[in-house]
This record gives sequence, structure tokens and C-alpha cells, in this order.
Amino acid sequence: MNWLVGFFGDSANWSGPDGIPTRLLEHLEFSAAAFLIAAVVAVPLGMLIGHTGRGALLVVVSANAARALPTLGLLVLVVLLIGVGTVLPVLIPLVVLAVPPILVNTYEGVRGVDADLRDAAYGMGLRGRQVLFQTLTPVALPLILLGLRLAAIQVVSTATVAAFVGLGGLGRFIIDGLATKTYSSVIGGAVLVAALALAVQLAFTLLDRLVVSPGVRPRAERGADAAR
Amino acid sequence: MITFEGVTKRYRDGTVAVDDLSLEVPTGAVTVFVGPSGCGKTTSLRMINRMIDATSGRITLDGRDVREIDPPTLRRGIGYVIQQAGLFPHRKIVDNIATVPYLLGWDKKKARARAMELLERVGLDPALAGRYPFQLSGGQQQRVGVARALAADPPVLLMDEPFSAVDPVVRASLQDELLRLQSELRKTIVFVTHDIDEAIKLGDTVAVLRVGGRLAQMAGPATLLTEPADDFVRGFLGRDRGIRRLSFISAKEVRLDPAPGELAVDEDGRPLGWRTGGGLSSFGTFDPEADSLRAALDAALLSPNGTAVAVDGDGRVRGVARREALDELFGAYADGVPERARGFHEQPPGPGGESPPEGGAETGRAGS
Repeated sequence: MNWLVGFFGDSANWSGPDGIPTRLLEHLEFSAAAFLIAAVVAVPLGMLIGHTGRGALLVVVSANAARALPTLGLLVLVVLLIGVGTVLPVLIPLVVLAVPPILVNTYEGVRGVDADLRDAAYGMGLRGRQVLFQTLTPVALPLILLGLRLAAIQVVSTATVAAFVGLGGLGRFIIDGLATKTYSSVIGGAVLVAALALAVQLAFTLLDRLVVSPGVRPRAERGADAAR
Repeated sequence: MITFEGVTKRYRDGTVAVDDLSLEVPTGAVTVFVGPSGCGKTTSLRMINRMIDATSGRITLDGRDVREIDPPTLRRGIGYVIQQAGLFPHRKIVDNIATVPYLLGWDKKKARARAMELLERVGLDPALAGRYPFQLSGGQQQRVGVARALAADPPVLLMDEPFSAVDPVVRASLQDELLRLQSELRKTIVFVTHDIDEAIKLGDTVAVLRVGGRLAQMAGPATLLTEPADDFVRGFLGRDRGIRRLSFISAKEVRLDPAPGELAVDEDGRPLGWRTGGGLSSFGTFDPEADSLRAALDAALLSPNGTAVAVDGDGRVRGVARREALDELFGAYADGVPERARGFHEQPPGPGGESPPEGGAETGRAGS
């Protein structure tokens, strides 16, 4: 506890290029970039594969392969291949980490929509694209958001490794703290990363409330909200 | 009019679902496809709106081959109701009903106004408009399914076992509702069911299909009961054909005698029972204006003296029908029974031949 007070109470830690605000911003930058790239790739791909049923094997194989890759190992490999100095060595492993949960959940969400519902949508005269966007996607939205949330939390937590290759972010407090045996810094950094992950979780819960129709929320959450 | 001309559906594995089917579905009437599982009735229905395409032969809709019409365009002009309603769970009831109007590009206000009109038309409380499908009972969802199919006022309605997933009481009320709607709307309806009683109750024409997708017989329900084409149809119709066909004859023609002194009535003229020995015994009533000969016979059988009590809409005694009077009519119709007159749809006989309970088991109906 003293370490925490020491870390967060030190005004030097709140300003300058090594300060918490700067490091937090750097951390958010890598994370957001990696997350957005992963989402832009995986959401449309998952929707397409779920809708057409073509390429389902790709989802399974790539998901399993990507899960098996150790992030740190990949980071070192990418650094060895393209060198330090750019943000790429960090982005690539983070994107690779973020794609599988998004891809798998989006695919499962779209593919798992009740066959009767799909049938009704076509039977009403919706075209393939309309079926995907007006029926399958809204119904699959809770699962798609779940995938995005899991990915975002993983990315935010794992972006700490950027510090290993000389980049900024909250990982700096941990790595530098370990190097200099400044344990208050190590613990402070860890607490910040954890708090950030929780904030992401909270943000997604709010987003869920905003964009998911009360008609498709999981049963347990429905009652209070939908009964008006 | 919808015409099937030598329509065959053969799947890749060689299974023949529909085999050289030729028939005509008349405009403005209810045609029921009925048969055991595997008879191709649903496949036949789904070939009309091209959810399935025929392998050979053709289906025409008012003279146009459906294969010439782009499927989504075709389907927007044909109402479609499926077994589990298939409502969009993420949309409110009002927007579910307005699905096809939205697709056709109506403005939102007009589409919603139309949806509200239909909500009432199918007997639902307008307050349900803002709910989501999971908040409705199965019967209510099915009514919404019917309203959705009717939203853009298509001339043709395809109904694929729409009432088979609800309990018998709700099913009966949905059937009555459909008959009531149809008497106002006069749509061309193709209705698929495996339940022969439902087929006979709803159909102006009934097409009985046999396994392998061949047409066994197509006729009006009364004709079907009187003259089944072969043993398959006879077996599928089941027992009691003689009594069931009495449902197609109005009890209006029954000769009534004045109520005899043995019939005890209360001060309003409602029957209390037959005076026998020590007390009052049971009796049965029918309403000659609304009921069928089947209800009159049932009422007669419920009285120890074989005399049915005729009552008016308010339950007051109008007279009695003796067995001889009923027998005269049975004799007159022994050779055959006319197909149901337009607008005369018998209600299922309730206890004692009284009018059946209104769909009271279902909640959320418009105030009645």
C-alpha cells in the first residue's frame, strides 16, 4: 500500500514524458490502433463467412493457430525481422491477438441465428444483403460485441509488452521499475493496466446498452429494460 | 389464380418431394394442402414464392411464370406465414408488421399507421405495438405473423402450418380469426397443414397429397367427406365422416315445434331442463341461425327424450327440434352435402351444443 501511495502521490509521476498521462496516452494509442485494425478485418470477414457459410474452416484454423502463438515470442520475432524504432513490431502481435476472438464470435453469432428467422427474412422479400444487415447482424450483435470486448481487453492488457522493445506505454513503469528495483513503479504500472482493462469492460457494457435491441439481450438482462 | 403445371421437385440425392403436380388454386378462396409428412405439401407451397425452385414443370401466378420474377420482388407481393411465426426478435411488434411496407419504400409514418391498423384487425391490443416478440405468447406472436404477412395487402397469402405450434384452444381461436379475416379480405390463400380437421374447417378446397408428392384428391371438404377418391384418402379422413359432414349443413332448415310443457324455463325464457319423474334432467341446445346440423344432432343426443332445444342468440327458447325433424333432413342430404355456403363456417360444437367459448384463454386481445 505504501508503494502505491509513493507511486501515485509523487507529483513527478504526473507530468513530463515519463508521466502517467503521457504513458497512458501512448498505451491507448497502440491499443486503439491494434484493436481498430483487428476489428476492421475480423468483423466483416466473420459476418461474410457466417452469412455465406463459405470459409468456416478458415475461421477455425486461423483462430486456433493465432491462439497458440505466444505474444511475446511473436513480438521478439517481428523485432528481429524488421527491427525496432517503429510501432509495427508491437502492432502486429496485438492485431494477431485481437483477431481470433472477434472473428470467432462474429462468425458464430451470425451463423447461429435461428434458421426459421433467416427463412422468414428471405420469405418477406429481403435480399441477401438486407438479410445480413437488417436481420442477422442485429440479432448477432450481442455476440459480436462480446468478441470485440474480449479483444479490446486482451489488447489493452498485452500492450504492456511494447515496453520490451523500447516503446512507451504503461509497460514502461513495470519494465523500468523492475530494472531499477523501484517496486512502487512496478505495482503502480500494474494497477494502471488493470484499471484500464476494467474501464474498457465498462465502456463496452455501456455500448451494449446503447446499440443492442432489448429484444435480443440475453434473457437475464431483459426483464427490467424491456418491460416498460 | 395460381396454377401448378406438371411440377416436380427432385433433390440431388434422387428423393422426389413433389411428383408431377398439376392443380389450380382459385382466386379469393382458401386452398389447403394436406397430407402426412413427406407428402411434399410444404415444398409445393414454398415453390410458389420460390423459396424452393421446381426441378421441372411450371407454376404461374395470374398467368405469369414465377421463374420469370426476381425472387425478392415476387415475395414482397406474397404474404408468408410460417410455423414459429419467425418474427424479428430485435424489432418492436409494430416494425415487425411493417417489414414489407418498409422494403417497398413506404414512408415510416404510413407504414406504422398501416401496422397499427393490422394489429387491431388480427385481434391484438394496440398497446402491444411497442413490445418485443419475446414478450408475447405463442398465439399472439402467430397473430403478429399473420398481420405482417398482410401488411402490404398482397393478393396471395401462403401459410405453412401456421397454427401447429400452439395449444388446441388457441389454435381454434386463431382458425376462427382467420376465417373471419378471410370473409372480409377474400385473399387467395394456400394453407399447409397435416391436420385433416383443420383442413376441413378452413378449406374452400382441400388438396390431399400422398407420400412421394402426388395429388390423391382435390375437392371441397364436404365432397371429400362424402366421396373420398380411394382408400388412402378415406383412411386419412379418419372416422365419423358421416357425422362430420353434417357440419356443412346449416341448422336453419330444421323444422321446429313449439316447446312442450315438459321443458322447464326460467323467467327470461332460458331452458332449465326436462321435467322427469322427480326433478329436471339434462338437455342440449343449438342456435338454428348460427349452428350446423351436427350441433343440432349433438343437442338431441344430450336430451333423454331425443329432443333438441332451439335457442336464439341470447339463449332463450325458440322451440324444439324432434328427432323426426332431424331425420327428415338427414334423409334429404343422404346423397351428398352442399359445399359450405359463403359465410357459413360452423363453430366447433361446444358442450351441450352451446356456442363455444371465445378465445378467452389468450390474453392481450382487443377489448371484447
